Amino acid sequence: MKEDIILEAKELSVVLGGHQVLQIPFLAVSSGEVLAVIGPNGAGKTTLLLSLALLLKLDKGKILYQGKEITDGERLRLRRKFAVVFQEPLLLSGSVWENVTLGMRLRGVEKETIRARADRWLESFDIAHLAKRQAKRLSGGEAKRVSLAQAFALQPEILFLDEPFVGLDTPTHQAIIDDFSRVLQREKVTTVMVMHDHDEVLALASRVAVMLNGSIRQVSSAQTVFSSPVDEEVASFIRAGNILFGTVISQNNGLAQVKVNEQLIEAVTDLACGTPVIIYLSYDAVTISVAARQPSSARNYFSGKIKRIMTNGQLAKIEIDCGFPLIAMVTRISVQELEMAQGKSVNASFKSTAIHLIKR
Amino acid sequence: MEIIFEGIKQAFLLLVYGDHEIWQITWLSLVVSGIATLLSLCIGIPLGSFLGLSRFTGRNLLVSLINTGMGSPPVVIGLIVSISLWRNGPLGFLHILYTPIAMIIAQIIISLPIITSFTLTAIQQLDPKLRLQILALGASRVQMIWLLMNEARLPLLAAIMAGFGAVISEVGASIMVGGNISGHTRVLTTAIVGENSKGNFSLAIALSLILMVLVYMVNFILTMIQQRTKLR
Amino acid sequence: MIGYVIFMKKVSGFIGILWVFAIGFTLGAAQAKQKEIILATTTSTQDCGLLDLLIPIFEKKTGYFVKTIAVGSGQAMAMGQRGEADVLLVHSPESEERFMAEGSGINRRLVMHNDFIIVGTPEDPAGIKGMKSSSEAFRKIAALGIYISRGDNSGTDVKERSIWKAAGINPQGQRWYQQTGLGMGQTLNVAAEKRAYTLTDRGTYLTLQKHLGLSILVEGDAALANTYRIIEVNPDKWQKVNAQGAKAFSDFMVSKKIQKIIKDFGKDRYGSPLFFPDAFKDEKLKMKN
Repeated sequence: MKEDIILEAKELSVVLGGHQVLQIPFLAVSSGEVLAVIGPNGAGKTTLLLSLALLLKLDKGKILYQGKEITDGERLRLRRKFAVVFQEPLLLSGSVWENVTLGMRLRGVEKETIRARADRWLESFDIAHLAKRQAKRLSGGEAKRVSLAQAFALQPEILFLDEPFVGLDTPTHQAIIDDFSRVLQREKVTTVMVMHDHDEVLALASRVAVMLNGSIRQVSSAQTVFSSPVDEEVASFIRAGNILFGTVISQNNGLAQVKVNEQLIEAVTDLACGTPVIIYLSYDAVTISVAARQPSSARNYFSGKIKRIMTNGQLAKIEIDCGFPLIAMVTRISVQELEMAQGKSVNASFKSTAIHLIKR
Repeated sequence: MEIIFEGIKQAFLLLVYGDHEIWQITWLSLVVSGIATLLSLCIGIPLGSFLGLSRFTGRNLLVSLINTGMGSPPVVIGLIVSISLWRNGPLGFLHILYTPIAMIIAQIIISLPIITSFTLTAIQQLDPKLRLQILALGASRVQMIWLLMNEARLPLLAAIMAGFGAVISEVGASIMVGGNISGHTRVLTTAIVGENSKGNFSLAIALSLILMVLVYMVNFILTMIQQRTKLR
Repeated sequence: MIGYVIFMKKVSGFIGILWVFAIGFTLGAAQAKQKEIILATTTSTQDCGLLDLLIPIFEKKTGYFVKTIAVGSGQAMAMGQRGEADVLLVHSPESEERFMAEGSGINRRLVMHNDFIIVGTPEDPAGIKGMKSSSEAFRKIAALGIYISRGDNSGTDVKERSIWKAAGINPQGQRWYQQTGLGMGQTLNVAAEKRAYTLTDRGTYLTLQKHLGLSILVEGDAALANTYRIIEVNPDKWQKVNAQGAKAFSDFMVSKKIQKIIKDFGKDRYGSPLFFPDAFKDEKLKMKN
């Protein structure tokens, strides 16, 4: 895998106003991946992104491009291989067309190429009709589309995005994310994005880096991070839960059945049959019982054997194999009262409304 | 009152019949103040941008000095420049006292703080993140400053107007370093002072009218550019 | 953006043109350096238009370029003392003698004269009209009028102070005594506005007469003589002085042809001449200064 690494950060350290805002011993970005950087406000996510995008002077440490350290003289040349989309679309005065072509003009792209690429990306983000409009007079959603088109038109080797979908109203938000993920799948461009919303992370990211207090605590696949956070702090930040992959197989006025392995889970969603989905189910939402099935509002009811019990203080995580792995968070007292032990058969239930479905 | 009408009439006649000296004085005013303003722009805009974009020790001191310079009286500048340019003064070897060049130098010193300060304010008013966005688009430092100035062009055009307005209407320094020499360093303002002390009030009024029309025309053109770019 | 870039291209073109002008100026200035003369003179010779008439003749004849700096006689001599002027045309005999005595000037020559007059509002509240003694008149003004003084150490100012001295009055700080610090023309305007008295050279008065509404009240006193002399700044003291040019201008001012022009200057406009040429008179025969 080593040869696939395009960008590496080593021993990064940034101090702002006497405050250590960033301390990253090592982080690598592989070619073609979508790396999401998540963490609470003030964790240093944006600082890390700007450092990687060569927009910030480092106090210490180095950034390597294709295994070679970047010297000061090379920063401009390399910056021209990247593109950045900021949280607020910072468009310059002039028309949308001028904004979308600006980066290419700065980089000395040929005129014909500029025209072709601008046309293509305005089309891709469905803003071709805005080309002649003043960029400063666009709505938030339109401006966001322009800034995305502006970045993609640069055909960057690495695309950096800083919380790109924050601050948009709900319908616009969803439409832009749909367009963006469609483009991302098509282009397969290496992407580093600072994110906030778990659904977006699960839907878009191939790898997740969790940042807390200026350092990276965990880097792994989205599924691993959400289902097995390395420590309590990470867990409490990401609200750890069950992550399952499935496909919608029936749809009945908003109540759908999702097939996970060979099991069927009922969930509330408008997604159509055949849609591949990610299921997020909080550990707390799962109830465990040992008696026979009682009448209950919980639509999902599975039997299985306890595979593992992990205790931590007054809490215990119970991993059950019920055709798919399912984890429940219970108190230690419940473990004792129900005499739970590895290999014991139990029943697990959860409400269909507790399930969070994310389109894959 | 009749002296004013007489002045307006005379201004009209002078312009219509193309009095050579009047044209020459008007042209010199425009050239001296125009060159002074442009050279001030060449120094003041980069300087103002630099001060607006960087942080270093002593910066606040420098900025407050420039802001003070905005208010320094032209006659004081005229005095300092003429003393420096005396034959036996520190810059006497240049032999430029009582020439348009000396006037340009004095006017640069008058307009430079104004233009620098306006530029500084204009650049500082921009969103600091805009710089990152421009760099991220792949701009070199020069390209970035160019784009930032383009973003701040409304206040920058105001800087040009303020700078030009200050020097074309200035008389104290011009008379001291230029000497109001007929056909050589006589500009509209110094000619107005001269004609007034000669008692040629209607000619003084005629020259004043020309000066006002000139200032108005320059500002009109700059305002057109400013407002057009805004509305476009 | 695009429009702006085009606009900036036009501006750059304009800047280019202006640079050509600037370079032209510089070269012109460098060329003028050897051929230029700085003439420091009293405002009266400039304001009445005499120099505007004479200097082009001189420049055409000799090829020199004269830079006329019109200031008061006092400042003109101060420029001479520092070697900042080449030749002086002044009318302040006492200061001139000091200037010569300290070796600042050479070749002091009488060019012309006219006279000082005391002018004032026609109502004449101090009742000085027709008086023969200037110092007597000043005493009356001190008692009953308002006096507007140049206060700028010019030739007129020095003359005025000598009259106050003769009258035995120290006007400094008196309520009826106001100083303008301006040239003769502006001082006359102030006097007219304030319905006051002032001392002026006849030439400036005649030039401005029609706007002023001030009358000649006292004239003809020997103490009111106003003599203009030309002095070359001593080149031994200041090596940067253009001695040749100064000599040429000095000689020109006392030449027969120019003296004739001075004699006739102003006759057509004011009915009487503004100056009386003196260069061919024996110093001793002319009015006592």
